[in-house]
Amino acid sequence: MLKLLCVATLAAMLSLPTTARSEAAKAVTVAAPWEVASYDPAVSGFAIQKLQIMENLIDADETGTLRPGLATFWEASQDGLTWTFTLRSGVIFHDGSPFDAASVTSALTRAWKQPGVLSKAPVTGISADDGSVVFTLERPFAALPALLAHATTIIPSQTSFDGEGKPNALIGTGPFKVSAFTPPQSIDMVRNDKYWGTAPTIEKASYLAAGRAETRALLAESGDADIVFTLDPSGYARLKAVDKVTAVAVPIPRVVTLKVNASHPFFADPRARQALSMSINRAGIASAITRFPESAAGQLFPPALNKWHDPELPALTHDIAGAKALLSELGWAAGEDGILVKDGERFSILLRTFPDRPELPLIAAALQDMWKEIGIELEVSVSNYSEIPAGHRDGTLHVALYARNYGLTPDPVGTALQDFGEGGGDWGAMGWENAEVAKALNDVAMTSDDAVRAANIAMVTGILHAELPVIPIVWYQHTVSVAAGLKGVVIDPLQRSYGLSEVYWGK
Amino acid sequence: MTPSNAFLAALLQRGLQAVIVAVIVGVVSFAMMQALPGDAAYRIAAGRYGYDMMDAAAADAVRAELGLDRPWFAQLVDWLSALAQFDLGRSLVYGTPVIDEISTQLGYSLLLAGGAVLTSLMIAIPIGIAAGLKPGGWLDRLTLAFSVFLRAIPAFALGVVLVLVFAVQLNLFPVAGFRGPEHLVLPSLTLGLGLAAVSNRVVRDAVAQAMASEWQLFSRTKGLSARLTVLRHVVRNAALPVVTYVGVQMAYLIEGVVIVETVFAWPGIGHALVHAIFGRDIAMVQGTALTLGLIYVALNLLVDLACRGIDPRTRTA
Repeated sequence: MLKLLCVATLAAMLSLPTTARSEAAKAVTVAAPWEVASYDPAVSGFAIQKLQIMENLIDADETGTLRPGLATFWEASQDGLTWTFTLRSGVIFHDGSPFDAASVTSALTRAWKQPGVLSKAPVTGISADDGSVVFTLERPFAALPALLAHATTIIPSQTSFDGEGKPNALIGTGPFKVSAFTPPQSIDMVRNDKYWGTAPTIEKASYLAAGRAETRALLAESGDADIVFTLDPSGYARLKAVDKVTAVAVPIPRVVTLKVNASHPFFADPRARQALSMSINRAGIASAITRFPESAAGQLFPPALNKWHDPELPALTHDIAGAKALLSELGWAAGEDGILVKDGERFSILLRTFPDRPELPLIAAALQDMWKEIGIELEVSVSNYSEIPAGHRDGTLHVALYARNYGLTPDPVGTALQDFGEGGGDWGAMGWENAEVAKALNDVAMTSDDAVRAANIAMVTGILHAELPVIPIVWYQHTVSVAAGLKGVVIDPLQRSYGLSEVYWGK
Repeated sequence: MTPSNAFLAALLQRGLQAVIVAVIVGVVSFAMMQALPGDAAYRIAAGRYGYDMMDAAAADAVRAELGLDRPWFAQLVDWLSALAQFDLGRSLVYGTPVIDEISTQLGYSLLLAGGAVLTSLMIAIPIGIAAGLKPGGWLDRLTLAFSVFLRAIPAFALGVVLVLVFAVQLNLFPVAGFRGPEHLVLPSLTLGLGLAAVSNRVVRDAVAQAMASEWQLFSRTKGLSARLTVLRHVVRNAALPVVTYVGVQMAYLIEGVVIVETVFAWPGIGHALVHAIFGRDIAMVQGTALTLGLIYVALNLLVDLACRGIDPRTRTA
């Protein structure tokens, strides 16, 4: 009888596999770390947009060049205070409800009233006008179309909201429509055969949120997921050696930076911030922690942002002796235990960072070591990332380590203005203000004249490089694995789309 | 007391217990969330908008929207009065009704827990009985060593190893997700092996004790075969501690479910609870803790009833 039970157990365990494994070779599964738990575009827009369920008025290609989306044409008035976006005709939402000026106005007004890119733009009103939507501004703002390409400004149907105005469905106009949503782990989609553009080749696609990097690498290796985003260094190295998948790394405009509180007496002098910067071995961090030696950040804006990256700027260097000299110029001298002392005060500071990006605590530990070498005692606090804006607000922050995305919108000026404009920003300068930079950024935001923009951007990058209100450390590489046989995959450095509408299975 | 009266009394007692558990769990989880350091509005905004979009302005908007600056007792009274009307509120982070989230996730978690318990019993009972029939034999010693080894491996590592072997190398089962029954196999096995590592020893001890008893000897003496003695007497007697222990294993299961759900991208309640705590989603934490508390009560009731069914003495006593 025992034998029987054992055999039955084994048989039960092994007999389950399956039809579903080989089913639907036409479907494509995407795996990524980000969970999707809300129907709210302000919260889940980043995924809804990438999966092409909902679309923006303005689209952008991989280089960040704007192109028509749900709006076919847009222009500003002479004074730059009124923008008119002409809507595409003949578009319907997935549930058949009409795509019109009323639905767009309602969606964008909602986005404007909620935290997101639009709430930070100088918008004074959004109104519907016979097949178009009109924005009124308090001052000219040339980057407005770029904001309308952002994930928080996607257009849901009015039927995506319940009677109280709470979002309760994912209904858009995109090439894929939702067939099943299991928060927070997965979204199943089918092709939208009534799509206004070219309908996708694949019939079905699904999204799986897998929080652990190990799981994602295994999903890629086993073939359970066809496109897998954000691999950890060991998973990436392993997948490089697997024939069934291609692992690629694409530079993206995200930068690991160090925010320094310039109103703190230790860091008020730019030389102190330069000393911090010079003591950082960026090449070491880039090759040992993030494992892409070429991504050591020689300046703030990465090459992926070609209009903001200045190849002429001398790269930030690693120079321990120089760092020590700068600090002694500022009156710091080594105490008994090697930690610098000035006027009886030890150079002891707290760095705040967070674990959501696993490399950040590792980089923080490396900084602890590197700064010890120049006599700075660093304590590291790994906590929730909201501690950084909170510390900015109440002034208790010393330094913070995080990853900043300058490619949130195709035109980074909005983010740059938030970070380095007047008063600094929660994720940018703290206690540092530079009138020239603020004016130059405002000028960039107001004009679409390329020459004027280039001159002002050059001024901004030059001053940021010299003054270091934030200290760049490494640029990001986006790691992706793609199943062999899956064609047409384009990795978008701006991370606006997974490009599922373009992929197809080759032989 | 007649059997049906005793049954009703047990049901009533557990029902009362359920109400008390609900209130205590709700209040305690609320108090614990309040006691956590850091500003709740910042944490909730972080959970909602992600680090690219979250800033102090978003936190202020969240504070105003959710009324987080109201005194704590007003917030607690609101929750309790809503609970009295069976309303668990909305998730502070995602805006979805808590009851919707929990009912989906609980279903997946119960499926996983059920699969795990079933797997563990399928492994533990035959092995435990076999080992218990010959205490000190080679099988007994081998399973002891193996049990210690399995219990010592963290569920996370065991899960990854199983995936590597059965999904990546042998390609028998999927790595993660939850599309069909085949997705249940590896997570259930991961949890089930951990459970079986202990429960097979409980079975073994119970069987060994039963086999050493005088009534066992009596049953053989009165002429029952070894097989019939085991089936009619030993199994029944040994079942009591085993059934009770399976109930106790719930604690391990909840702890294991959190990790296993994360590794296998399983949309369960344990994983959701951890996220809710990080995101300071008080409504979700209270709702989830409440649900888990009530499940404990229900499980205790089931164990009581099962023991009553197995052991005739409790029925007449």
